[in-house]
Amino acid sequence: MGMTMTQKILAAHAGLPEVKAGDLIEAKLDVVLGNDVTTPVAIEVFEKAGFNKVYDKESIVIALDHYTPCKDIKSAELCVTAREFAKKQGIKHLYDVGEVGIEHALLPEKGLVGPGDCIIGADSHTCTYGALGAFSTGVGSTDMAAGMASGLNWFKVPPAIKVNLTGKFRPNVSGKDVILHLIGMIGVDGALYKSLEFTGEGVAELSMDDRFTIANMAIEAGGKNGIFPVDEKTLEYIKGRLNREPKIYEADPDAEYESVVEINLSELKPTVAMPHLPSNTKTADEVAGLPIQQVVIGSCTNGRMQDMRIAADILRGNKVADGVRCIVIPATQQIYLDCLEEGIIKDFIESGCAVSAPTCGPCLGGHMGVMADGERAVSTTNRNFIGRMGHTGSEVILASPAVAAASAIAGCIAVPK
Amino acid sequence: MRGKVWKYGNNIDTDVIIPARYLNDPDPKALASHCMCDIDEGFAGAVEAGDIMVGGWNFGCGSSREHAPVAIQASGVSCVIAASFARIFYRNAINIGFPILECPEAAEAIKAGDIVSVDTNTGVITDETTGESFQAKPFPEFIQNIIAKGGLLSYLKEK
Repeated sequence: MGMTMTQKILAAHAGLPEVKAGDLIEAKLDVVLGNDVTTPVAIEVFEKAGFNKVYDKESIVIALDHYTPCKDIKSAELCVTAREFAKKQGIKHLYDVGEVGIEHALLPEKGLVGPGDCIIGADSHTCTYGALGAFSTGVGSTDMAAGMASGLNWFKVPPAIKVNLTGKFRPNVSGKDVILHLIGMIGVDGALYKSLEFTGEGVAELSMDDRFTIANMAIEAGGKNGIFPVDEKTLEYIKGRLNREPKIYEADPDAEYESVVEINLSELKPTVAMPHLPSNTKTADEVAGLPIQQVVIGSCTNGRMQDMRIAADILRGNKVADGVRCIVIPATQQIYLDCLEEGIIKDFIESGCAVSAPTCGPCLGGHMGVMADGERAVSTTNRNFIGRMGHTGSEVILASPAVAAASAIAGCIAVPK
Repeated sequence: MRGKVWKYGNNIDTDVIIPARYLNDPDPKALASHCMCDIDEGFAGAVEAGDIMVGGWNFGCGSSREHAPVAIQASGVSCVIAASFARIFYRNAINIGFPILECPEAAEAIKAGDIVSVDTNTGVITDETTGESFQAKPFPEFIQNIIAKGGLLSYLKEK
């Protein structure tokens, strides 16, 4: 029996000719990632266990992105812990305010992750790098500590669901609509412990930014990872970024899949996820008119250049509705700079948006847009759990940048024209 | 292990186990004082050492924050029984040496307030209030070793 793309990458990193679903393996890690919330906990675990030296100071990445620029004294102390550890250990890739971007936009942009890699990150959305054809999965702080100490971690080889994409997008439909539609179909635990392997002729239609958005939310279906085949677009993206040769893996023709899900991109409509689960999906037209008080455009899911351009094209020459706050957060400093150079920041500000430095901030109710009881947001982020963006009586509706921008202008959920 | 049951539903996410607004203080006692507050304000004040938490399907979904199993453990809960666990929560619990048991039948039948005893070696769960007993899925040997060593780092250190 052949292997899936994920299984091939895991086998290679475990030094085994073959693995099959259910095998417990120990795999070599190419990158170990943490942020300002999870790294301090990992450091404590690492030091408490008696380790005093990291396995490889080049392969660890620490991005201080969640509560930065620091929202309060305790958050500032977490960053101090991470900075001091990085300095003491000589960790090469520490990204701090001024340089930092939202981790899952930053690492691909800086060429720190690439095709064929085996990556763990103490952040659930680490699955984003599957867009590049890597095996990449979210873990906790103790796993991060183990990775820092040994360069290894244990995995249960996952079975896979094949997601076969066909067709072409209609206007105002993008990667976010694909992944929300998929989660709506299979549920928040539909891919529990499994790989989501995206394939089919429709993949070529997706931009890299679409693929990052889709792989990013594999975890919202419970997935261990989401992964895309490497094609010309991938190679074009990593050109000039990745400082090593990519390793390209392909699923075997006789790879085993637990199930196959078919998605015809041509049939998708702008899709939203209503409170309080990402699987609670509707098409935007079904819920159009529902009043909102806030819009967030950004995050590791949708804070990339394509997202900024889509939102700006809709907002340009229009005004954010009275009674609505629209917060735009380009995910990295480079994206922010590109937005400035393209005149997009001007468009946002003239239409009445607040534009912020990169931060995860509002997505997890941290800062930069926390909501009060009874308030409702349309947000391009990834979770709409109870209390996710503030008060337990507030509501988050997940949507694409196009739906979010159109909703900001309308003052209610709106379908972009 | 033996204690009173705190029962919750399906898809209990890590944002409700420990909301992100409290992640700026990773001290286990501080985390425990806010555990479950967004869906059960009374939990943190009333939970007693040894109590058992029971959830439905996909327990611990969402964020990778290890603060979630740490908060439950530090609140005094001795183990979590659920129909299924989200994968990062599952790893995190094993890695910190916190017992969790997967058993759909027990998760469905056990009621809030029941007195339940658990044998983590055999995976036998007994609801003393109703007299029913259940068999949880056993952990693979490799994972049993990590738990026996008290967590992943102790396991690594010994290796």
